[in-house]
Amino acid sequence: MSRISERQILMQGNEACAKGAIDAGVRFFAGYPITPSSEIAEILAHDLPSVGGKFIQMEDEIGSMAAVIGASLTGVKAMTATSGPGFSLKQENIGYAAMAEVPCLIVLVQRAGPSTGLPTSPAQGDAMQARWGTHGDHPVIVMAPASVRETYDLTLACVNWSEILRVPAILLMDEVVAHMRENVTLPDPRELDIHDRPGPTLPPGHPDFRPYLPGPDDVPPMAPFGQGYRYHVTGLHHDERGYPVHDGAVAGELGRRLLRKLERREADIARVEWVWGPGRGDRGPRPPDGWPSGRDATVVVSFGSTARSAEAACDLARSQGREAILLRLVTLWPFPDAAIVEAARKVAPGGEILVVEMNFGQVVREVARAAAGQARVRHFGYVSGQLIPPDEIAREIGGRGRTG
Amino acid sequence: MSLDYRRYLDETALPLMWCPGCGDGTILKALLEAFASLGLERERVVVVTGIGCWGKADDYIRTNAIHGTHGRALAVATGVKAYRPDLTVVALMGDGDCATIGGNHFIHAARRNIGITAVVSNNLNYGMTGGQFSGTTPAGSKTSTSPYGHAEDGFDLCRLADAAGANFVARTTAYHYRQMVRLIKEALLEPGFAMVEVASPCPTYYGRLNRQGSAREMWRSLKDRARSVGEEGGEARTGVAPGQRPDEEPRSKPADVIVTGVLVRRTRPDFAARYSDVCRRAMKEGGGEAQLDAR
Repeated sequence: MSRISERQILMQGNEACAKGAIDAGVRFFAGYPITPSSEIAEILAHDLPSVGGKFIQMEDEIGSMAAVIGASLTGVKAMTATSGPGFSLKQENIGYAAMAEVPCLIVLVQRAGPSTGLPTSPAQGDAMQARWGTHGDHPVIVMAPASVRETYDLTLACVNWSEILRVPAILLMDEVVAHMRENVTLPDPRELDIHDRPGPTLPPGHPDFRPYLPGPDDVPPMAPFGQGYRYHVTGLHHDERGYPVHDGAVAGELGRRLLRKLERREADIARVEWVWGPGRGDRGPRPPDGWPSGRDATVVVSFGSTARSAEAACDLARSQGREAILLRLVTLWPFPDAAIVEAARKVAPGGEILVVEMNFGQVVREVARAAAGQARVRHFGYVSGQLIPPDEIAREIGGRGRTG
Repeated sequence: MSLDYRRYLDETALPLMWCPGCGDGTILKALLEAFASLGLERERVVVVTGIGCWGKADDYIRTNAIHGTHGRALAVATGVKAYRPDLTVVALMGDGDCATIGGNHFIHAARRNIGITAVVSNNLNYGMTGGQFSGTTPAGSKTSTSPYGHAEDGFDLCRLADAAGANFVARTTAYHYRQMVRLIKEALLEPGFAMVEVASPCPTYYGRLNRQGSAREMWRSLKDRARSVGEEGGEARTGVAPGQRPDEEPRSKPADVIVTGVLVRRTRPDFAARYSDVCRRAMKEGGGEAQLDAR
């Protein structure tokens, strides 16, 4: 029985990622083996050739990212997958993709670091690297799935946004989500909302063709190599023709536009989920009206697999009479500032925002920035090679971690 | 000599940025003339460069071009060629890009035998950053980072490409223009990985620091030191000067003979041909069913 038609299956996150990529239209993968991401490469090595795609295992992580860029410029949706050490190696070329506006998906399955760290136990220590890993100000999209099904959905979302905006998109997984198996029902691929990069508006050879002339959305339509168009791509600051310039005004405007094209769509990309109870209906993009009822409430902010522990912790805390709600960050960048502002308003002045992440304090900095002093923000998290158990988080909710 | 090469030259970008006496301008013209003589459609050529003096060549070329990151020209080119084997993909690299920071991609592109034409301008040092030593700088040479003489031997690029399995390996010098055009042309026709190394003078740094005289004298030296093996395919032990035993330590003194011509010719199937077989097998075996359970 074909797995394409049989859409309800028990699968792991890495498999959902590979399936999502193929359903999103990805037809090129270049990578280098690294646990806990290798299944993605293995599945795509198997599946891509029969759907007209190409798979290549490169000689190193740097080369993988470079090959993804080369392939994407010929018009194909392209991706790679790695873990922390490999992600570090890819950084220069991720910056290149941001600068030359080459759509690509980078799947980062986090394991404990720094360095070789704890292979291959879960951690969320690469959140900041996902945002700021490459040098220079640059746009990037980062999404963090918390379940197998969401891995499929966010793989699609990352590919879509990457194509629409011509930016590198990073699917920030972690070892638990990657290797955890869940029974999922995948949507019919024919019903998916699939987006391609914007195509050129002028025919090949047209004298007015400018490969980096942005459209009204600040995104330049993208001409694929080898289909009649001819142009120059560079990682240097460049003009609308794609050639390097030293003109400060042109360079400055390019840098601003690269960020602006994302800012325009921030509200659509930056997604969160509020969870206020164990039921299916107890979750949504906004917190319920009237929450909280008291002055001592906690908004627990979390993402990825840790959000599952945090959700159970909130249930536990509520069963013990404390007011707690989970704010799960689906998108990490662009950062969902608006949701944090709302969280701060909800808990102030007596409550707090408790940021739970499998690291020693990364996303908490963004939360504190967005809360802008309007609420108390505290971090709870560590890296031990294990998920943070719900009861530990529950103890922090209105518990002993609180001070005066 | 045909002027058709100008079709591939962006004359609006002139004058060339390279120093007087540099070989890169000549190599650029030879490359474009090879394009012209094969009548390549500009829209179907992708030139990929890295960083360095020769890595700026793409600014003057009217084909598709990707000016990539340092050392990664071949890796980017591999992505282009892997997905679109029908395009002509050319990687332009100096000895820094090709043999030093990008050495891994070089040997693996050759091993993979992917249909990329690598035209390597080897001037024995990093010109762009001020004349530091590279992976091809001969032992004893003075550079800005080997002021007392270089403590390491340099790579012989052709032997490296040969050992890694490239289908076509050739060497020429910037002085030998006609040979250079001929070799690049032949490399462009090779379905597998093809490398043309061009010995090129850097009078500004390497020549000056090693007292090799004026640019003119450096060019004359290229002429005098070149020994062609003939175009029929010859011995690949290219760092070995005539009369030297193969097991002797390679002599890499600046005065060495430069063995030119086609050094390696193989008929190994290229990556595209082999990957087509993979795709056929995948179709036959009903791919799309990842055998996760078997793992």
